[in-house]
Amino acid sequence: MPHERKLRIKTLAMVFLLVLCANAGDLLLKHGMTQVGAVELSAAGLAHAFVQTVVNPTIWLAILFLSGFMFSYMTAVSWADYSYVMPAGAFGYAAFTFFAMIFLGEHVSPRRWAGVALICFGVLLVGQTKPRTTESAAQPQPAGGALP
Amino acid sequence: MIHARSAILLGVLIFSSTGGEISITHGMKKVGEPERLRPRALLAFLWRALQSGWFWAGVPLLAISFYSLLVLLSWEPASLVIPASAFNYVVGTLGAKYLLGEQVSAGRWAGVLLVCAGVLLVTAG
Repeated sequence: MPHERKLRIKTLAMVFLLVLCANAGDLLLKHGMTQVGAVELSAAGLAHAFVQTVVNPTIWLAILFLSGFMFSYMTAVSWADYSYVMPAGAFGYAAFTFFAMIFLGEHVSPRRWAGVALICFGVLLVGQTKPRTTESAAQPQPAGGALP
Repeated sequence: MIHARSAILLGVLIFSSTGGEISITHGMKKVGEPERLRPRALLAFLWRALQSGWFWAGVPLLAISFYSLLVLLSWEPASLVIPASAFNYVVGTLGAKYLLGEQVSAGRWAGVLLVCAGVLLVTAG
C-alpha cells in the first residue's frame, strides 16, 4: 500500500475515534450541565456551579470521553497536520446536530441542516489533501513555522 | 441570534482552544509519533508527551476553553454552541500555516471556507 494512502487511512481512523469520543463527551456534558442548571456569572454563582459540576457523575463520564478525545487527538497530530486533523474532525458536527435532535429533542431548522451539509462537503475536500506537509521529531524539523 | 455575552465568551472559547491545540500539536510533532498503534507503544508515547513543555503550555488554554464551553452550554442550545465553535477552523488554519509552518493548499483552504460557510448557516439557522 502506498505510504500516503496508508497515512491517510491511519489518520482518518484516528479522526473517527476522536469524533466518537468528542461527541459522546459533548452529549454527556450537555446532559450533566442541564442537571446543574444555568450558571450565574458571579463569584458565588461560579463557586456553586463548580461544586455542582465536580459532584455530578455524568460530568465525570463526559470528562472520561473527552480524555479519550484528547489522547486520540494527540496521537493523530503526532504524524498528521493540525490543519488536516482539525477540519477532518468537523463531520462530527453533523453527527452532533443529528444526535442533539434525536436524544436532546432540540429543533433543527432546514437552514441549519444546509449548513451541516456544507460543513460535510468542506470536510470531504480537506480529506483529499496530503495529511502531512511537515516532518516529525525523528526527521528534520519543519521549516517556515514561527514556533521554535 | 445569540446574546452579546455569549458571543464574547465564544471568542474566548475559540482563541483559547485554538491556542491550546496549536501548542499541543507543536509539542507532539517534537515528541514524534508512536512507533506502533499498540498499548505499550501508545503508553510510551503518552509518557513522552507528558514531558513536553509545549503540551503543558497548551493545557491551561484548553482548560479555559473547556470552562467557557461549560458556561456556554448552560446558556444556549447545544446544537447552536457546538457548531458555532467551529469558527476555530479559520483561526486554526491560519495558526497552522504561520505558527506551525504547514503547507495549506488551495484545496484545503476551499474545504475550510466551505466549513465556515456551513457554520454561518448553522449559527443563523
